[in-house]
Amino acid sequence: MPISALIVDDSSVMRKIVERSLRQAGIDLTKVLEAGNGAEALVALRDNAVDLILCDINMPVMDGLEFIKQLPTVPNAKDVPVVMITTEGSESHVVEALSHGARGYIRKPFTAEQVKEHVVPVLGGKS
Amino acid sequence: MKSPNDLHSGNGAHADWIPLLETATREVFELMLGCQLTLPSEHQEAGDDVTAMVGLAGQLCGVLSVRCDGKAAALMTSKMLGVPLDKVGADVSDALGEVCNMVAGNFKNKIAGLAEGCMLSPPTVVTGSDYSLHSLAESPGLAISLLFERMPLVVSLQIHS
Repeated sequence: MPISALIVDDSSVMRKIVERSLRQAGIDLTKVLEAGNGAEALVALRDNAVDLILCDINMPVMDGLEFIKQLPTVPNAKDVPVVMITTEGSESHVVEALSHGARGYIRKPFTAEQVKEHVVPVLGGKS
Repeated sequence: MKSPNDLHSGNGAHADWIPLLETATREVFELMLGCQLTLPSEHQEAGDDVTAMVGLAGQLCGVLSVRCDGKAAALMTSKMLGVPLDKVGADVSDALGEVCNMVAGNFKNKIAGLAEGCMLSPPTVVTGSDYSLHSLAESPGLAISLLFERMPLVVSLQIHS
C-alpha cells in the first residue's frame, strides 16, 4: 500500500538518503515531506497527514526528543509511528525516545535493509 | 606489514583507538557510500580544500575532522545521493559534514562509556586552503590516512582531555 512520510533531519543530504533508503527497501512512497528540525516538523504536520515519521535526534531549534514529546499535541499526528535515525548510540537516548512513543531506533550509518527491518513492522501492513 | 596508520598516534597516547577510528571510518563509507576505503602504501597528505569538523564534549573532549580535496568531497556527495557527479552542486559541504558526524558517532559508540558520556556538536565545514588551525589540545592527537577511490582522505582526532 502506498504511504506518505515525513523525514526530519537538519541535513538535506541525510533527508535525501533516508528517502532513497525507504524506496530501496521497497516502501511505496506517494508523498514525502521534509523538515529541518522538530519545530518545522510540527508545523508541517498541522496541515498534512502522514503515515510515518523518520526523525533525527541532534538538530538545532528543536531536537528529535523534544519533537516526539510534543507530537501528541498535533491531533492528526499523535498516532503516527515515529522511527528515530541518529548517530547517537547512547542507551539513555534510546530509552528516552522509546518512552516518549518512538517505535524504532536506527543508528547511522545504516543500510536500506536496516531501514526496512525497523520501518516495515511499525507500518502495520500499510507497506 | 604495519599499516601506515600505526605511525600516526602522536605521542602514543590512545594509540589503541587508531584501529577503532579506522574501522568507524570504513563502516561509514561501506554502508553509506557503498565503497571500500583502501590503505595508502605510505602516508599521503590529503588536499585541504574541504575540512569537516565535529566537536566532542563530555568524557572525551576534542575535535574529529575529515579532510580531503574538493574532487574527493564531490565524489562522496555523488555516491551518498546516488546522483551524477555534475549534479551534486551545493550539497558537498552538507555531505562531508554528515560523513564526519557519522564517523565521530560511530567511533565513540565503539569505546566503552563514550556512547553515553560524550556528546557531538553539529558539523562545521571549512572550504579552501588558506587557513591555519590552532588547537589547544593537550596531546598531538590521532590521525589515519586512507584512500577513497585512490584519493587521499585524512581523519584526525585532536584530544583536549
